[in-house]
Amino acid sequence: MKATVTVMLKQGVLDPQGEAVKSALGSLGFQGVAGVRQGKVIELDLAPGTTEAEVTAMCEKLLANTVIESYRVEMGA
Amino acid sequence: MKAAVLVFPGSNCDRDLAVAFRAAGFDTQMVWHKDGVLPAGTDIVGVPGGFSYGDYLRCGAIAAQSPVMRAVADHAGRGGYVLGICNGFQVLCETRLLPGALMRNAGLKFVCKRQGLRVETADSAFTAGYAPGQEVSFPIAHHDGNYVADAESLAALRVEDRIAFRYLGNPNGAMEDIAGILSANRRVLGLMPHPERVVDPAHGGTEGAALFRSLAEALVAA
Repeated sequence: MKATVTVMLKQGVLDPQGEAVKSALGSLGFQGVAGVRQGKVIELDLAPGTTEAEVTAMCEKLLANTVIESYRVEMGA
Repeated sequence: MKAAVLVFPGSNCDRDLAVAFRAAGFDTQMVWHKDGVLPAGTDIVGVPGGFSYGDYLRCGAIAAQSPVMRAVADHAGRGGYVLGICNGFQVLCETRLLPGALMRNAGLKFVCKRQGLRVETADSAFTAGYAPGQEVSFPIAHHDGNYVADAESLAALRVEDRIAFRYLGNPNGAMEDIAGILSANRRVLGLMPHPERVVDPAHGGTEGAALFRSLAEALVAA
């Protein structure tokens, strides 16, 4: 089974990389990009029966730094 | 007086740190990250700069989960001294031995230069050799030195006089110009600048030597 973890900087934490991407889009001529935030997607290939609680524990312990990052877990088939 | 300098895959300031400890009179041993115990009688653990585990996931995140860091957390829990420099500071934040986190520099560039700093407190074994408010210059070399913490943690650092060093001219966007902080018991110091790179006249400066010297004096007196 698979799980997908999306890790983003928390709202309110300045994302300098997102800001740089936004400014690069503007200089390429794309109009109306009001904001860009950049994060990461982590795909986990898991043993059958792994629970969402276990994936959440992985996020808390390693995959996200909850001082600055938030995360979202999506359990797949 | 015994110092232990940790070595992770990707550490590159470990030997410089060992040289600085030895010059200050410490009996210094290197400790591999897979070792689950520190050498008997270790007084201070040095967590060196570099790129542990290639900075994969987040700077310091994988190193923070290594067996040796559990031993370091126990050592700190017993009131032992810990010095984390650059990547070592990132590792100490990731292990939660220090509050906050170090993010990508606000300017997105790797900064590598001599950096002016102000010593904000002399009330620690690390900074007792400086005068409060004294200005020093240490090298900095990092891509992720932008210190961030929540308002509550920042207030605690300020009120408890735990901001050890501030930048003179902020090179990376760090909140409140923070370059280095102390733990609540003042025995764990994490800082982005490299005091171990200014301990010998051949380095072009010796302003970092007082940090290692005052640490040695505190440990002899203890």
